[in-house]
Amino acid sequence: MDALPLAAPRPRPSAGVLGLAALLVLAYGIVPLTGTSYLFEALLTPFLALALAGLGLNLLTGYAGLLSLGSAAFMAVGAYAAFNLSLRLPFLPLPAAILLGGLVAALAGLVAGLPALRLRGFYLAVSTLAVQFFVAWALNRIGWISNDSPSGIITAPGLVVAGLSFDDPRGRYLFSLSVVTLLTVLAWRLVASPTGRNLVAIRDNETAARLVGVKVARTKLLAFAVSSFVIGIAGALWAFAYLRTVEPAGFNLDRSFQILFIVIIGGLGTLRGAFLGAGFIAVLPLLLSRLGAAVLGDGFDSGTLEMVQRMVLGALIVAVLIREPAGLAALLDRAGRRLGRRAA
Amino acid sequence: MQPALRPVRSGPEGRRPLPRSAARPAALPVAGGSPHRDRAGLVLSIEGLSLAFGGTVAFAEIDLAVGAGEIHAVIGPNGAGKSSLINAVTGLYAPQAGRVRIGAEAFARVPAGRLAALGVARTFQNLALFAGLSVRDNVLSGLAAARRAGLGAQILGLPAARREALAHRDAAEAVIGRLGLGAVADRPAGRLPYGLQKRVELGRALVARPRLLLLDEPMAGMTATEKAEMTGFIRAARETSGAAIVLIEHDIGVVMRLSDRVTVLDHGRRIATGTPAQVQADPAVIAAYLGLADEDADAEAA
Amino acid sequence: MSPDLAFLAEVVVGGLLSGVMYALVAIGFVLIYKTSGVLNFAQGAMVLFAALTFVSLTERGLPFAAALAATLAVMVVVGLGVERLVLRPLVNQPPITLFMATLGVAYVIEGAAQLAWGTQVHGLDLGIDDTPIDLGGVLVSRFDLFAAAVAGLMVALLSAFFRYTRTGLAFRAVADDPLAALNTGLRLPRIWSAVWIAAGIVALVAGLLWGARLGVQFSLSLVVLKALPVLVLGGFDSIAGAIVAGLIVGAVEKLSEVYLGPVIGGGIEGWIAYVAALGFLLVRPSGLFGLRAVERV
Repeated sequence: MDALPLAAPRPRPSAGVLGLAALLVLAYGIVPLTGTSYLFEALLTPFLALALAGLGLNLLTGYAGLLSLGSAAFMAVGAYAAFNLSLRLPFLPLPAAILLGGLVAALAGLVAGLPALRLRGFYLAVSTLAVQFFVAWALNRIGWISNDSPSGIITAPGLVVAGLSFDDPRGRYLFSLSVVTLLTVLAWRLVASPTGRNLVAIRDNETAARLVGVKVARTKLLAFAVSSFVIGIAGALWAFAYLRTVEPAGFNLDRSFQILFIVIIGGLGTLRGAFLGAGFIAVLPLLLSRLGAAVLGDGFDSGTLEMVQRMVLGALIVAVLIREPAGLAALLDRAGRRLGRRAA
Repeated sequence: MQPALRPVRSGPEGRRPLPRSAARPAALPVAGGSPHRDRAGLVLSIEGLSLAFGGTVAFAEIDLAVGAGEIHAVIGPNGAGKSSLINAVTGLYAPQAGRVRIGAEAFARVPAGRLAALGVARTFQNLALFAGLSVRDNVLSGLAAARRAGLGAQILGLPAARREALAHRDAAEAVIGRLGLGAVADRPAGRLPYGLQKRVELGRALVARPRLLLLDEPMAGMTATEKAEMTGFIRAARETSGAAIVLIEHDIGVVMRLSDRVTVLDHGRRIATGTPAQVQADPAVIAAYLGLADEDADAEAA
Repeated sequence: MSPDLAFLAEVVVGGLLSGVMYALVAIGFVLIYKTSGVLNFAQGAMVLFAALTFVSLTERGLPFAAALAATLAVMVVVGLGVERLVLRPLVNQPPITLFMATLGVAYVIEGAAQLAWGTQVHGLDLGIDDTPIDLGGVLVSRFDLFAAAVAGLMVALLSAFFRYTRTGLAFRAVADDPLAALNTGLRLPRIWSAVWIAAGIVALVAGLLWGARLGVQFSLSLVVLKALPVLVLGGFDSIAGAIVAGLIVGAVEKLSEVYLGPVIGGGIEGWIAYVAALGFLLVRPSGLFGLRAVERV
């Protein structure tokens, strides 16, 4: 039996695993001790929520090759469902409410994915747009969803888990970090499993996938459900840990595009990509405003910044798709390999 | 053309099992026959299959029978309907008439999604690999139909799922070793040279140990060395698994060396079936090939 | 005619006429999709860009004709630029990649348009009276009629172009079978350039009409969202489909707004067209006129 290869998990323990461990030590140990409230509130918590949403979309679009333009809608479903559950079932512990909110989003994803059984490509993308607009409409028009608050604004309950309060900037960061870590591990297990292989198979060649016995319809629906679940949890984090008071307009089409851009820039079909892309998107406005102020001085107002940011983002998308379709993740890999070679 | 030699069918329905002579009448008298001729031993039997796209006939009234352990080549000039035939057998096209028997089951249209479960695997004329997956994962994907563990068990790494993953990994490693793909097993399949990609596709088809293997031009665009290797792989596949193999190939030399029986199509019609030697001597076949005046016929004459 | 019936007729006619406007945007998509298989999400941004450029030029004192000519020239450059810089390097990529690239292009064009011309809302007056006229008891907006006439004229021009000119015939050949067209020596890149220019011109026409309707502002680029259900219904590759589907979508939207809105709540025009189009598609996957491609293996 010794000739058999061991059942090693696919990504072999290597520099990557060490790096990951270092990252976790940094995120759980060093950052909470040294970070400022501004860092937690304005950068890290939204980064984590967006990265998680990107992770969810990447499962659907990057791995399974199904384009969705309705991510923000699933975020909204997750957020508003968790809000309603914690409001109407006060005995429900907060993590359970968020988990169930994710499951409601998964259900919505399943419904949105049903057309995938008959439709392909753009038709499917358009059907996810339909979900986007329908959800936006429902949040504004159906009173009970927001507990009859005017214009659909909700205020999330405090972050208290088992009597432990996470209701300060650092606590909200740590809560988000834990949720994101857990879901990332699960997503990693998924993409490394035979089911994860099936996702890529239907992306790369649906006909061949069907012929080797991949249940194409079931796999597509699964991709929609799992992706929407993750995005729904991200939405709940966005509402509960980051903004705490959210309005439906925060989950508009631009948010959907933002998440798609995170995935494209970070790298389609890699889990790291979502984090890299979200980091990039979070830092870009800061970078541009500094740069603009340095170059143009006072002429660089917030309106100009927004337009410039839009152009830069758009141009980056095009550039990434042309030059490096695997995104920042691939760039990083290459840089790492080069460093490794130099060290060797 | 020898219309008289084609089967005369009483009707398109073909409900009752046809007598042997009518079900697969040889265009040529089959001397001696092969050991796989009895109905029970047939893995694939195509009966009066016809397919047209709009007004264009892809093929019409094709009969073909392949037994276990037999390599059956389907040849013919471009546009003769060879690939369409394979696509119809694998359920990608819906034929208008006739039926396809795979083992004991008969289909008017083969359900593509059940193909792997029926023990059928194929390769494609134009590569249909999963370009983003590694070579190993491509081969493993050939076992998709054999997977039993549920998603939860996979994610949580339950013992049943791990045992299955291990067994599948062993099977894949064995195929990868046999096909000499070990050195590239971790590379994305889409980045390999063409000849290797063809080999990966063969591996994906072989790993599930199919009883029927359909190879659509497995050697197209290969160098002589690569062709020789591929020929060896196909022969070895037959020997180790006893699969029935249907082979579409343009290189007549390869066909003659490799196959037990040959069926010749021309303009969507079957014009001959027999051993390589018989087919080679058939006037209709020679006419069809000389009519095209290509080097294949010259090569045969030489 | 009873008042109820007259009201119904008015709703339907109003819907059909706004449907013409949808079709106008959708045609721009069809042109590009047919020849290169790209769903150009930037079409809406091009509409915005054209309208904004035109209006800003007239506001700076350029006469109508000069502004039109200048905008036309700009749109030709934009169309060509997108084709050259974005689509050509991505040739042979999967459609989903091309689509995402046009999303990026949309962002660039929207940003550039507003950076260059500002974000305030501009009025656009084409000099067409918008008083309703009475057609057999049904009140119809003069402007809508004019828009419909322009759309009809444009379709006629495009059809003539495809039927009678060399480039047009080549275009049809490419649409039918790109590979065969390539083999017979048609120069694909030239045709792609031509359709992107055509799409730029269609965007200009749509931009002027829509701009006159809604005012020229950022939301103009969202007309792309009105065109998508039309494309789903009519098929991404059929000009006739775009027109018929535009009319249907326009009528369905108005009818449901008037008769369904009070029941389930207002503001449903944002999604009702999508649901209707997708529902239809589930029954008939190839759309109204679109051709279903045979899967090649």
